[in-house]
Amino acid sequence: MKKWEPLAWVGPAVLLIAAVVIWPVVEMIRSSFLEISRFGVVRGSAGTANYVKLFGERVFGDVMVRSVIWVVAVVALTVLISLALAQLFNQKFPGRKVARWALIAPWAASVLMTAIVFRWMLDPEVGIINVIRWDLGTFVQNTFGIEPSSLGLLSAMGGEAADQLGHASTSFPWLIFVAVFVSVPFTTYALLAGLATIPADVYEAARMDGAGKFRTYWSITLPLLRPALTVAALINVMNVFNSFPIIWAMTKGGPEYDTTTTTIFMYILKGANIGESAAMSVVNFGMVIVLTLIFLRVSRWKQEVA
Amino acid sequence: MATQTAPAPVRHRHVSTHRRRSRGMPRLKTTVIAAAAYLIGFFFLFPYLVMILISLRPQTELRSAVWFPERFDFSAITGFWSTGLAHNLTVSLQVAAGSTILVLLVALPAAYYTARHNFRGRNLFLVLVLVTQMFQPTAMVVGIYREFFTFGMVDSVISLILVNGGFNLAFAVWILNAYFSSIPRELEEAAFIDGNGRFGALFRVTLPLAMPGVITALIFTFIAAWNEFVVALTLATSPENQPLPVALQSYMGQYSVNWQELFAGSVIATIPVIILFALIERKVVGGLTAGSIK
Repeated sequence: MKKWEPLAWVGPAVLLIAAVVIWPVVEMIRSSFLEISRFGVVRGSAGTANYVKLFGERVFGDVMVRSVIWVVAVVALTVLISLALAQLFNQKFPGRKVARWALIAPWAASVLMTAIVFRWMLDPEVGIINVIRWDLGTFVQNTFGIEPSSLGLLSAMGGEAADQLGHASTSFPWLIFVAVFVSVPFTTYALLAGLATIPADVYEAARMDGAGKFRTYWSITLPLLRPALTVAALINVMNVFNSFPIIWAMTKGGPEYDTTTTTIFMYILKGANIGESAAMSVVNFGMVIVLTLIFLRVSRWKQEVA
Repeated sequence: MATQTAPAPVRHRHVSTHRRRSRGMPRLKTTVIAAAAYLIGFFFLFPYLVMILISLRPQTELRSAVWFPERFDFSAITGFWSTGLAHNLTVSLQVAAGSTILVLLVALPAAYYTARHNFRGRNLFLVLVLVTQMFQPTAMVVGIYREFFTFGMVDSVISLILVNGGFNLAFAVWILNAYFSSIPRELEEAAFIDGNGRFGALFRVTLPLAMPGVITALIFTFIAAWNEFVVALTLATSPENQPLPVALQSYMGQYSVNWQELFAGSVIATIPVIILFALIERKVVGGLTAGSIK
């Protein structure tokens, strides 16, 4: 009786995790070696045919490289911006609480909804981002008498056509922008929590020693912030690698396959060949693990935690 | 392992680290900082303000390139309840509420027991939970689809409840475990001696004290399930089983989109969640990062 007691309390949780987290991983790996019809019927073993087909896809290499660029760019920008914002929001000023609350919105809101609004704001005809650009152009022309198109600044993002999501060169930067936009709030909050754990007397001591502002930040704040920074960045790596709704809602991986990452490609393949899609999932899964391990090694995780 | 996860729920976190101010004009510096912070705050609120503005824009004005509508039209919001999307809102509510109940039913006993007892496999269980927190449903959506296909459960609300419950279990277990660990065992034992019985002591003393943790887990799971998109997109194939985000997304792909209606749906799906989230924000950061540090 006593021996089975833990099972009664913890068992349901284990069962739920096994059923919806562990089993799908096994099923995913198994499916990647099966030949499955479009209607889901298993036709038998496929050996490594799904993988061979996947690696032979014309866009496969591009998709892999783009996914790595996507993760590195979004996480790096997110961390840098969040470091600055955490410093700012850690200062004392009236209305700090309200200002911090405003930052919550992109974190709490569904990423899909945020992406849909951005898609509307980038609408070629009526999107507010284009309206602002045009008004800015008119303003520049009226005040300074300069033709706006002669300024690289305004034509840089999509030019006159202004269909910024329709061109590969401008759509990917915008997707990165939106991904950073939704990742910064959590990261900033995590860093603010990290800053709050740094005791004030450390700063007192630094001041006594006559350390300047920059020196204090570099030699005291940043090292002490590292555990929080590592965890926040790690969570971001996982989230960004697996982020799907932003790209799906804004470009569906297009034009052509120009903004397709591994998760999008996986979903596109699912409609045609689920075995190949499972193979893509396994590759994606492996990449997340490899990237995480590299990240942990680079940030010397073990020393921080132990 | 678990006992180290201090919840730090009550104490206010901000320690004034930067007491030092430039001696000359402290006011100017504060003003500049405050202005910058407000501006950044506004920047992050901007898309959601745009969302609200569009939902209030008269249909005739939708395709005109102006910043601000000339008049407001609340018909899309009030009329939302008679559109087909109202049904998808109900599905979203079912999925979110169902997942939340499932998570609490499963996580409460597990978190309580691991906080109070040392048993064989305890560490293994906590590691399993930690691994779950690192996993994303998006990465394994094909496996999830195959599994539910095998059981003939692809197009059902129950499947969505199970998946959302499973993936949000980790956060709930971590945060509840931290709360239970922080409540002195003696309190519970005193109540037990007073003749409350073991479960009486649990329900009358421990659970009320752990309430902030329970509420955090509740709101967090609700929001996560409410916002979930990829699994719902994959599993809910027929329109009547689609939660609101999936329905809005497929609605957007149609030939003639009533944007006003679409954004009315977005406002209803987004704004309440942001407000709810503001209530638990402090505890969420601790819960998410503590779980991965330990």
